[in-house]
Amino acid sequence: MNAFIWTIAVVTVLGLVLALVLYLVAQRFKVEEDPRIDEVEKAMPGANCGGCGFAGCRAFAEAAVKAPNLDNNFCPVGGNDTMAKVAAILGYEVKAKAPMVAVVRCNGTCEARPKVNEYDGYPSCYVKSLLYTGDTGCAYGCLGCGDCVAACQFGALSMDPATGLPVVDQEKCTACGACAKACPKHIIELRPMGPRGMREFVSCVNKDKGPVAKKACANACIGCGICAKTCTHEAITVEGNLAYIDPAKCKLCRECEAMCPTGAIHGVNFPKPLDKDAVKERIKVRQQKAKEAAEAAKAAEAAKATVISSEVEKSKKEATNE
Amino acid sequence: MSKHTFSIGGVHPHDSKISRECAIQPLPIAPTVYISVAQHIGAPSVPCVAVGDKVKVGQVIAQPGGFVGAFIHSSVSGTVKSIAPRADLAGRPSTHIEIAVEGDEWLEDIDRSETLVTVIPEDPKAIIEKIRLGGVVGLGGATFPTHVKLSPPPGSKCERVIINGCECEPYLTSDFRTLLEKGEQVVVGAALLQKAMGGVPCTIAIEENKPEAIAHIREVIAKLGYKDMDVMVMKMMYPQGGEKQLIDAVMHRQVGSGALPISVGAVVQNVATALAVYDAVQKNKPIIDNSVTVTGECFPQQANLLVRVGTPLQYIIDFLGGVPEDAAKVISGGPMMGRAVANLQAATVKGTGALLFLTEKQTRRAPESNCIRCGKCADACPMGLEPFLLNKLSKAKDWDACEANAAQDCIECGCCLYSCPAQIPLLDNIRVGKGAVLGAIRARAAAAKAAAEAAKK
Repeated sequence: MNAFIWTIAVVTVLGLVLALVLYLVAQRFKVEEDPRIDEVEKAMPGANCGGCGFAGCRAFAEAAVKAPNLDNNFCPVGGNDTMAKVAAILGYEVKAKAPMVAVVRCNGTCEARPKVNEYDGYPSCYVKSLLYTGDTGCAYGCLGCGDCVAACQFGALSMDPATGLPVVDQEKCTACGACAKACPKHIIELRPMGPRGMREFVSCVNKDKGPVAKKACANACIGCGICAKTCTHEAITVEGNLAYIDPAKCKLCRECEAMCPTGAIHGVNFPKPLDKDAVKERIKVRQQKAKEAAEAAKAAEAAKATVISSEVEKSKKEATNE
Repeated sequence: MSKHTFSIGGVHPHDSKISRECAIQPLPIAPTVYISVAQHIGAPSVPCVAVGDKVKVGQVIAQPGGFVGAFIHSSVSGTVKSIAPRADLAGRPSTHIEIAVEGDEWLEDIDRSETLVTVIPEDPKAIIEKIRLGGVVGLGGATFPTHVKLSPPPGSKCERVIINGCECEPYLTSDFRTLLEKGEQVVVGAALLQKAMGGVPCTIAIEENKPEAIAHIREVIAKLGYKDMDVMVMKMMYPQGGEKQLIDAVMHRQVGSGALPISVGAVVQNVATALAVYDAVQKNKPIIDNSVTVTGECFPQQANLLVRVGTPLQYIIDFLGGVPEDAAKVISGGPMMGRAVANLQAATVKGTGALLFLTEKQTRRAPESNCIRCGKCADACPMGLEPFLLNKLSKAKDWDACEANAAQDCIECGCCLYSCPAQIPLLDNIRVGKGAVLGAIRARAAAAKAAAEAAKK
């Protein structure tokens, strides 16, 4: 019994002494850390996806606390709500950013872009891209091995077996950009979600000349420039045989989509299906009017010019008479 | 007869040299040739002809884009039709010079006679300059400009020239036929290389499965009476023709990681390169053609053809009767290191050594299963790497660990893949890691260079 009491006493005293030592050491070697880092980290979504450009949510929190403002730090997963919370903790102001979404810029479906050879190697887009340009005639399009699907942590991407292309679930997509980084062909772009999800984009990245692109894929952008000529908002540029729609300037009128000869321009989440003929008619009428207006202006100019010239002649005659 | 081979790893695939009896025959010139300006390692050459120009055989049509670069000569006579991007063997666009063939008119200063010129010029520099002007590149596969290899950096000294006649890849027979039919020229080419490197000894390494070639070259050396030149009989082993493996086998010296063969005093040149050196120096004939083996069990018309550079593959195949019905894959090069061809419209380049047809059964990969830790890949690796580990690290994208485990030293010989009983695509994954590591090393070197320059200022 005595031994029992002694044991308890010794262990208790030992425990207290060690606790004191630990306390003193902790006081002596305390790491001063900004308490706001923990608070910011708690406000973060905790996905540790790296979409913000930092190694994880903790690293983002540290950087955000150190930074003089929040202009360069943005959590795409948490979006504006999270950033508002972070800004409240840190006492900064943050501008709301338009929500983004990953967009697959290739519509080379199995029918439109027939396979010209069979790939039997390791099923990875990256490995495949190191070996050659791919099993279709298009050297720019989707390779179809699903590196983007494997890269997505949020389950927002899946391969559609019917088309052989990845499909983005916009409800799940957080625009972290992992898929865009994983794609060796750079066909995935982060674009603004658009009002009520409505957005217009060129679903092709082929920079080959028209006939070559068209031969490889029926849905390819052939760089004809009709869309750029049609656009009244100067939102479309054609560079290197490829059109690009600037989301900041696009007014979602869908005229380019109606005019595109290959169907390379896609509009999604619009409430009504596109009535191409009606839009084409509308454009035709508008162009006709513009033409007439231009002609009228020309005629007016010409009339003015004749008046002036007749006046000049008159004055000349008067001069000779004198 | 003692047989030599390298000290670690290697595999022994069946040699399948079914086209060994086919003498090299010239292929009729194609109606149009497409000559790539990126036929060698280094900067692509810069075209120096314009559309509409008339060119003759042997005329320079593109000049080197840098020190590591090569002249490119017209392989035909005719009119330049276009200078435009065209898909190469892998389907990637690169600039090609399209020439419509008219007749076969050669430049006057090319000696087209068959007489053997055995007199070796005295000045090594003149030899190297002629090699440079002849656009000679390493024809063993790597297409590294030969004159660069023959100009060792200051401080290093060449002690032995090795002529690589191993041809360890299965199926290929173009080097074997060259040794048999143009043995004299190869030996003179070897003597020229010997002279260019300052009269060092020369070894012609030939594998034991080519006894006719060994006997013939021994005879030729005795007849021509060049000093310090011998034939070494090698044991059959793949990848004996690898530069570092061959140096190990012949000189028993190991080239360090990231080092060049010259660091151990060796210069290795392929048999076909020795022939090209002979042509360039003694005959003024630049590289305008090379011998290509067209073979495969399913291909009825086995052949070794002398093909003008820039001939479309489709033309070669049509000449021999078209693609056989049961062929599933066409490979440019041998079955171990060659690359599958996705585009038969592509044109040959200086380094194209073979076209191999494989059937579905020969080429289809078996499904991958789990690693059973047997260690066969590590035993087979001639560079002493651990492919199973590199495979894992590459998959995990751990590039630092890849570098620590020397992924950059992989020579992509495919021995690991060949020996793996679980059919794991080891090489496919290691190649990814190797690419990333080499990129990181290059980036570091560039950063160090920039920092040094900034410090100078």
